[in-house]
Order: sequence, then structure tokens, then C-alpha cells
Amino acid sequence: MTRPAKPELVIGVGNRWRRDDGAGLEVARRLQAAEPSQIVAVERAGEPAALLHAWEDAGRVLVVDAVRSGAKPGALHCFDPVDGPLPAQLFRSSTHALGVAEAIELARELGRLPAGLAVCGIEGEDFGPGEGLTAGVREAVERLVGELCGEPEEGGPGGGHAAAKARA
Amino acid sequence: MSTDPEGRTRTIKTDYLARVEGEGAMTVRIRDGAVENVGLEIFEPPRFFEAFLRGRDFREVPDITARICGICPMAYMTSAFNAIEDALGTEVSPGIKELRRLIYCGEWIESHALHVFMLHAPDFLGYESAWTMARDHREMVEAGLKIKKAGNDILRVVGGRAIHPVNVRVGGFFRAPDREQLSALVAQLETARDLAGEAVAWVAGLPFPEFEQDYDFVALHDLDRYAIEDGRLISSSGLDIGPESYEQHFSEHHVEHSTALHSLMDGDRTYFLGPMARYALNHEQLSPLAAEAAAAAGLGPECRNPFKSIIVRAVEILYVLDEALRLISSYDLPQPAAVESEPRASTGYGWSEAPRGMLWHRYRLTGDGSIAEARIVPPTSQNQARIEQDLRAFVEPRVDLDDERLQWECEQAIRNYDPCISCSTHFLDLTVDRK
Repeated sequence: MTRPAKPELVIGVGNRWRRDDGAGLEVARRLQAAEPSQIVAVERAGEPAALLHAWEDAGRVLVVDAVRSGAKPGALHCFDPVDGPLPAQLFRSSTHALGVAEAIELARELGRLPAGLAVCGIEGEDFGPGEGLTAGVREAVERLVGELCGEPEEGGPGGGHAAAKARA
Repeated sequence: MSTDPEGRTRTIKTDYLARVEGEGAMTVRIRDGAVENVGLEIFEPPRFFEAFLRGRDFREVPDITARICGICPMAYMTSAFNAIEDALGTEVSPGIKELRRLIYCGEWIESHALHVFMLHAPDFLGYESAWTMARDHREMVEAGLKIKKAGNDILRVVGGRAIHPVNVRVGGFFRAPDREQLSALVAQLETARDLAGEAVAWVAGLPFPEFEQDYDFVALHDLDRYAIEDGRLISSSGLDIGPESYEQHFSEHHVEHSTALHSLMDGDRTYFLGPMARYALNHEQLSPLAAEAAAAAGLGPECRNPFKSIIVRAVEILYVLDEALRLISSYDLPQPAAVESEPRASTGYGWSEAPRGMLWHRYRLTGDGSIAEARIVPPTSQNQARIEQDLRAFVEPRVDLDDERLQWECEQAIRNYDPCISCSTHFLDLTVDRK
């Protein structure tokens, strides 16, 4: 796959009140605070229509969402939707069992995928009710935000890979 | 899905029913060719909203209850402020009432559009999802997205954001939008209204199973207009009550297979809430455009085939788009945007027509305005017993269908109700057990 420049738009997806499900939102929130040049960050719940509208005028888009695969909490799973459908079972769906994976397939059918799209899943540990991320997830959020803001990579597990995919 | 060694019992189990909101399962047990048992098993954990409202200030209630649902937060906010304003004797201005109706129209538009185009229509055409349907019916899926966005944009402009509005409060709004902000929505709403008219004709042409039931329809009724945000509760069987009398006629019961309570009317009767009930009881109050579309779609004065609820929902989308445009054209900035309420020890009752049907709230307040007791009865839990009755009646003449087909049609029968299980508890798996 080709790896174009840094994303213009980062869409953080999740639910802040279900602990680690808020990881994507936290990435967006930190980017909004850091104001890296040429990156706009927005938060969405994950509902497909809202995601299609969020990226309709954007060129290079990174979607960040929490995932659950059984991997080590904080592990980054990066996908290029051009390669094919996302493994839907990894991504927690938003309301009515529709989420990022479904939004991408709907956009693919409608010809409304952005020119460059990458999806980064942050492995969560605790999806129970409540606020706040677990330690491993918080570290992954910090690492990803650092990479997107142009900080040197620490070489942590998955970190470099995430940065490369995030620039897809 | 399974069959016992003697071939007498047939079990079809769907462990996850897609395209509904929340977590549940469905079991159908068929023995010797007859339906033995049907159960809509809701196992999403109870959410205890009524308990953690206790001790909170009355002003917090709309925002807290809005969190029960991401699809219909305005329904929760409206029923909540209706009840609290009833308790505190708060009278709001006609301008505030009109703005409340406008934002509620936005919620009906986005909720109905999600269900009609993304969740329900694929059932009739044999698609597993809206995106597979989009390969062959791209225009309709695109139309659905545009209509939904129009509804979300009403919520955003009036409510401050599209999900869980932040501009709504007891007594009115924190800030009323100016005329220019609402006028900016008009072109988009007019386009959505045109698309909705086309959608009514499209859904009316879907293939529908022959299935009619004798429902006792229950819905709010307003003397002056198609009831949405308030009214009296009426029924096909002659009920006509205010919200304070709800508990005298409706009771909730625990059932073993569900974390949602079943509701019955007058002790032992199921009843039907939602678009078909509203249409049956209030269709004469539809706008001429919506009424004309309903007639052209073949809807008579009432519709008793729940599969055709998709047509009624589409008609309601058309109506609320029409109504939203009317409300915007006659908008007069309410000043002030809210009236204040003085706390007092009191009890208040309120309801409204959520997209899925009537949603009732009751609050008892202490003298300092904190909540002493709360009770919330959402529409899906009220429809749950009726859904099970539909399933039994629907499966009985279809027991000879193969398991895969039967499972598909049972799931469709459940989605007729656009069940919001998160609201009612509180996800859906299907088990058909044949013996």
C-alpha cells in the first residue's frame, strides 16, 4: 500500500462513558488541544451516516477507534480499508449495531470513501461503565498523538507501525 | 438451529439479532408442528436510571435521562421536562412550545430515516445490510442519508449538537436560535421532503407478507395537531386519559426471560404503540402532503400489518419534514428563551411520542427540588408483550418454512417495531426450538 502524508482529518470514535471505548475520542481531544499544523480532529460516536458526513470533504483521513481482540491492552491495530473490509468483530459497534466497519462498507458502496483512509484500532481492556482510560490504553493514546504531532518515535510496541499506517 | 433425534422438536436460535438497538435474543420452540413457546429475551443489563436520579436536582433530569438513548434523547428530555414542569406548575410560552416541537421533528426524522433506510428496508429485499442494498438501490440509500442528516441538523442548530442536545432545559432553552440560523436549514429540509415523498412510494412497492393483527392502538392525541410532544392518551378501545392517570390503566410485570418489564393495559391486555398506532388514531391531522402520500401508498384509515409499518414511518418522515418547514416559516424568537421554576414538594407526570411510541415519566420532588422518586416507562418495554404475540401468530402458519427462512422472517417481524432495547432496559438473538 502507498503511504501518503499525514492525515488532514483525524476522527476519534467511541463512547467516553465506557472507559477504554473512549480511546479514539481521547486521541481527538488531545489533538484538538495540541493543534498540530494541518490536522483537524473531530469526535464522533461512530454512527455511519455521521462518519460519512464527517469525511466527505477531506482528502486524507485517519479514524481512531477502540477495538477488542484479546491482544495486549494498548496494542495498535492498523488497517487500510482499500485492502478490504475491516474485521467488524474487532470494532465495538455504536447504536443499532452499526459502527466504523459498517460505515466504511457503506461508503465503499456509495463511492464515498475519502481519497486516503486509514483506521487505527487501540486495543482496550475495560469497556465497562465509567470514565477514564486504563494505563496501557492511555499510553497508546499518548504515543499515537505524539506521532501525529510529529514527535520522534519511541519505538514502542506497534508505535512505528502505527505512525506509518496513520500517515496512509 | 437444531432438531431432536425423533424429529419432533425444532429449535432455531439466533444468538444475535442485528439491526436493533441493544442486546437481546429470541427463542421460538416448535413441537409437533405447533408453536409451543415464543420469548423475546432481553438480557442487556438493567441500567438503573430511575435509581440514580434520586437526590439529583430537578434541573439535571432532562440531561441525565437523555443519556438513556443516543437515538431518541429528545423524547427522554421532553417527557422529563413535561413531568417536571407539571410538578412545578411551570407554564412555557407558545414560542418555546413551537421550538420544542421543531427539535422533536428533527429527532423523528433522523430516527425514522435510520430505521427505514438502514435497518428495515434491506429485510424486504433480501439484503443483509444497507450497504449491500446500496449496490442495487443506491439512490434510496443516498436519500436516506440526506434525510437523516436534515434531522440531525435540526437537532444541531436548535439543540447545540446532533446527539444528546445541550441547549434544552426545564422551562425552555438556554439560548433560542435566531431566525437566520433556522432559515439556513430550509433548502436542505425542502430537498429532504422531496426525497421523503419519493421514499413513501418506494417503500409502498416493497413485497409484504400477508399478516394482520387485531391491535389495540394506543397513542397521544392533540386536538390541534398530530401529537408529538404532548397530548392526551387515547386508544382504539376508547381510552382517553391524562398522564397522571397512566398508572391506573397500565402496569408493568417482571418476566423471567427479560430484563425489561412487560406492560399490560387494564391488567391483562397487550397494546400497540408507535407509528401505526399514531397513524390509526391521528391520521386526519397529517398535513395534506403527507395524507396524499399515504393515500397514494395504499394506506387506508388504519394499517394492521406490522410489516407495513415501514410505509407509515415513511409517511411520518414526510409529515415531520413538512411540519418542520412550517414551524421555521412561522418562527418567532421566544423571549425569554426559558422560564424559571421554583422548587416545591410535588409530583409531576409527563409523556411524549418517542419515535417508537409513547414514553411516560413521573417524578416526585422534595421541597428543595431534588428528585425523591422517578419512574420511566419506555415504549419498547410496553410493546414487548405485543411483539411476542406477533411472533407467535406469525410463526404458526409458517412452521413448514426452512429454518433459515423462518429465522429471517422472525427477525424481520421483530424489527417491525424498531425495538430500542437499550431504552427498554435495557440486543437480540433468535432461537427457534422445534420438537
